[in-house]
Amino acid sequence: MVRGDRIAAGSAFLAAAVAGFMLPDWIISLATIAFANGLVVLGLIVMWRAGLVSFGQALYYCMGGYAVALIGRWGGVTDAFLLVLVGGLSAAGISFVIGFLLARYREIFFAMLSLALSMILYGLLVKTESLGSTDGLNVIVPTFLGYAPHQEKLIVALYFLVLVVCATAALLVGAYFRSLAGALAIPVRDNELRVEFLGMSVSRLIHTKLVISALLAGTGGALAALAVGHVDPNMSYWTTSGEFVFITILAGAGSVGAAFVGSLAFESVRSFAFAMLPQLWEILLGSVLLLTILFLPQGLGSLIERLHWGREAKAP
Amino acid sequence: MSSPILSVQDLGKRFGSLFAARDITVSIPAQQTVGVIGANGAGKTTFINMITGHLRPTKGTIHFEGRDITALPSRQIKAMGISRSFQVAQIFPSLTVFENMCAAAAIGRAPKTLIGHVRTPLRSQESVAEAKTLLELFQIAPYRDSLAATLPQGIRKLLDIGMALAGAPRLLLLDEPTSGISIEEKFDLMQIVMSALLSRKITVLFVEHDMDIIEGFAERVLAFYDGTVIADGMPAATLADPRVQTLISGPKLRSAVGTGAHV
Repeated sequence: MVRGDRIAAGSAFLAAAVAGFMLPDWIISLATIAFANGLVVLGLIVMWRAGLVSFGQALYYCMGGYAVALIGRWGGVTDAFLLVLVGGLSAAGISFVIGFLLARYREIFFAMLSLALSMILYGLLVKTESLGSTDGLNVIVPTFLGYAPHQEKLIVALYFLVLVVCATAALLVGAYFRSLAGALAIPVRDNELRVEFLGMSVSRLIHTKLVISALLAGTGGALAALAVGHVDPNMSYWTTSGEFVFITILAGAGSVGAAFVGSLAFESVRSFAFAMLPQLWEILLGSVLLLTILFLPQGLGSLIERLHWGREAKAP
Repeated sequence: MSSPILSVQDLGKRFGSLFAARDITVSIPAQQTVGVIGANGAGKTTFINMITGHLRPTKGTIHFEGRDITALPSRQIKAMGISRSFQVAQIFPSLTVFENMCAAAAIGRAPKTLIGHVRTPLRSQESVAEAKTLLELFQIAPYRDSLAATLPQGIRKLLDIGMALAGAPRLLLLDEPTSGISIEEKFDLMQIVMSALLSRKITVLFVEHDMDIIEGFAERVLAFYDGTVIADGMPAATLADPRVQTLISGPKLRSAVGTGAHV
């Protein structure tokens, strides 16, 4: 990572941490959900760079959420770190298995197959009484390595948990992007034949990306479940997946930080739109996406890059 | 004379009722430069595709450095030391020339495990150094920072062949290195390619339609017709073969019409 980027990322993290002590609870709650969803978006960016768009990321998001609800309820586990870890790993495990199928498909076929798989989970959850059917399940109140906060303190504690997990994920994904396996995303998108004949397995590269993105989505779903205190089958519905793709377009695939900035922007716009125009908020949200595509085709992230270049140009 | 680097026995490939290749038996000693000629559909590309593992032969065996590589997957064959370039240059259009070469160099030297791929950086010192050397070797260093999508055709071909040479293969198969190149440029391009390959002392097999280029650069010629090798020998002798003249190259007068420019 370039030194400037490191300073920017560090100060963004510090600002977000300080904000946790200063801002009102409703903003903290909004940011918690936004950053948890940002993890899912980060996972979509991992695939996006290789030219793949998943319209079924809600599958892993939902798996992560339900894993937390179920082991909290049946296994009696309350530690938030453990719950989140299990949520992420269960989604990653599922994607490892279905990855053998999915890694063979590209473009619209990949998008639709992943959508279909997420709708299968939706259908199963809706039909299963013991998993709460359409009502879903409540999630236990988590503890943090023995610390058991309540109400306002719980909100702040969850916010810091999300912040730490997101920062860790951002660092690891950033390192992945600079590694050979991560950097080959663009070659894979450009010319799979050439990558194969240079001696690298394209399906293995893509399979790895699927598992990484599912791990991120499952972790995001687990954190969201803890933050909301409830899971239901809508977490796996296709509109949820669509929302994540929406945020990815808004954010742009240019950088790791864009996922979180984009997700925060999306949640804010949605909250304000919902407060101002309760009947028409979707129109406002749609307009924002339209404006983004027209004027910032590389997403919000490209604004940061433009600032960057502006600074370099001025430097002597 | 040491044992051949490549030895092909009775190789055949059938697509339904069509024989794309049959009874091909060829043995190539190390460091030889072999030209492959033949009309379209004669089985030249099928031959290359079988050696590189892109197509699975229906019959026969292929040995490379004494080891049986018949029907191995292309990645494994590449790892053993056989590389190829393509008739239509296969490059990464949204990367720069340097990044293309870096990717090729990095893949060439990457460990074969998943953990290895995640832990290897794209731009390690070694792969950057190899990429720079290859850019110099193929005389495309001036294009270093151009996007590959914007390159002229000749530079694309050089980049494609340069990428194939990353990772130090011992046998390089060039499928029509001069296709899509104007007649005036062909000779210069082959000159750059061949002197680069000679300096690496590797065995080369190249497919070519221009008989002047065959005469200029090949030490030996394989003539393909209808899926099999009809003549094999020194260029002058092979090109003088009456069957080759009737079926492939045509009578000598064509050189006066089209390809006389650089004679």
